[in-house]
Amino acid sequence: MQLFDIIGPVMVGPSSSHTAGAVKIGYVAQRLLAEPVKQAEILLHGSFLATGKGHGTDRALVAGLMGMRPDDPRIPQSLELAKKQGMKVTFGAVSLKDAHPNSALLKLVGKQGRSLEIIGESLGGSIINIASIDGLSANFSGDYPTLIVHNLDQPGHVAEVTSMLSHKSVNIASMQLYRAYRGGDAVMVLECDQEIPQEAIAWLKHLEGVEKVTYYSLAEDR
Amino acid sequence: MSYKFLHEIVNEAVSRNIPFWKVVLEENCREGGISEEESLEKMREMYQAMKEADQNYDKAARSASGMAGGDGALLETFRRQHNRLIGDFLTKVMEKAVKMGESNACMKRIVAAPTAGSCGVIPAVLLTYEEERNAPLERMVEALYVAGGIGEVLAESAAISGAEGGCQAEIGSASAMAAGAVTYLEGGDEEAIIHAAALALKSMLGLTCDPVGGLVEVPCIKRNVSGAVNAIVSSQMVIAGIRSRIPPDEVIDSMRRIGSLLPACLRETSQEGLAITPTALGKKQEVS
Ligand code: SF4
Repeated sequence: MQLFDIIGPVMVGPSSSHTAGAVKIGYVAQRLLAEPVKQAEILLHGSFLATGKGHGTDRALVAGLMGMRPDDPRIPQSLELAKKQGMKVTFGAVSLKDAHPNSALLKLVGKQGRSLEIIGESLGGSIINIASIDGLSANFSGDYPTLIVHNLDQPGHVAEVTSMLSHKSVNIASMQLYRAYRGGDAVMVLECDQEIPQEAIAWLKHLEGVEKVTYYSLAEDR
Repeated sequence: MSYKFLHEIVNEAVSRNIPFWKVVLEENCREGGISEEESLEKMREMYQAMKEADQNYDKAARSASGMAGGDGALLETFRRQHNRLIGDFLTKVMEKAVKMGESNACMKRIVAAPTAGSCGVIPAVLLTYEEERNAPLERMVEALYVAGGIGEVLAESAAISGAEGGCQAEIGSASAMAAGAVTYLEGGDEEAIIHAAALALKSMLGLTCDPVGGLVEVPCIKRNVSGAVNAIVSSQMVIAGIRSRIPPDEVIDSMRRIGSLLPACLRETSQEGLAITPTALGKKQEVS
């Protein structure tokens, strides 16, 4: 833990895991959708479901989906604000397999019609993990610019991605690889120290065997 | 944080003849790749945010459960009365600790230090100190580095969350951090700082995490008072010349071991202790 995780963060209470972490999950989800959220189905799991109400987890998730950060004083009014902006929100319960006790499944539809399904876990402190995107494993924290590549499990894709990054002088902070089975669907999750240029991401999308590229940028961040 | 033990920070400070807080600052710059001015600026922001949270206390606010709110106002009134056993300083510390805990429960903006549940301890001690002693802002910011350094060691070598170590890890850690900080402000040397932290932590060892309804309200808010007052009296003992008979790092390791021996039912799961009293269970039904 770093110093400003101990003295800090500045956040709206009452709970770093159930409130601040929940805002962050909503925020990252909204950034991944890459357009304003029109419709959100929020399904709570475990302790998020059991004690979420008293902790304002519902309001926190919606605040994040509206682009608020964990220290935004409007968090307590997020449900009313969402309604005013015409964002449709529904809540429900879910029992997720092998999920962290503080988890939420978010099913989102954006203003331009894009859709996204993510599972976010709040690990304590206000550290979060995006466990899956559209049903595929992901695992990243949202603290770094993150590149997520879904591809076919064929030789060479890792090299293509890493050499592109080195060419663009982007340093990799962490890298994870998953696959469903040999030769099946595979996922690469790369957390980076620098932002990845837009054209490099576009280039990746056109590679053969690459099925989907998702990029989480911190760029518009404060 | 590359320091796992408080005595490492002390050794570094003493051997290079720089203050405790400076060691923590340098480490933060090294780890975060930032300049000293950037780090100091961020710490000033944290202190400022604590101040604003204190000033923005809303005595009319109540938490969603209805269990939290209004007690800070009672203490504010009490502070103006003459039938008190304790002096102005401690009375103000109590008031600020409750106010911050209540603000947190009522979804107001606070500074987690080290956690949201224990957010009242450090500001209660430091803001009161600044007001009552007219201390310069820069010194208060330095005191926050002292608190932060102690907290980093606690996080590294023991725990700072109720889920991991029980409330001794949350309110206990906050209390140890505040004790070290106020000892620095009172002119204590490096050894004095960590002994104050040790005395404060010793009095909190074994404290369980058993919040009613799983909410950060009961007993959390008033435990912030205990943690803050405990920090001050621990520090005063050290200023009087008393030292912890058990070395500070051994106290921290005791906290770690006790935390890992605490059953899960007493670590934030609300399955034992205050959380399953008949009154608590009744309250829980109301909320859900
Ligand atoms: S009882 Fe638990 S939730 Fe409450 S302050 Fe202590 S550790 Fe935090």
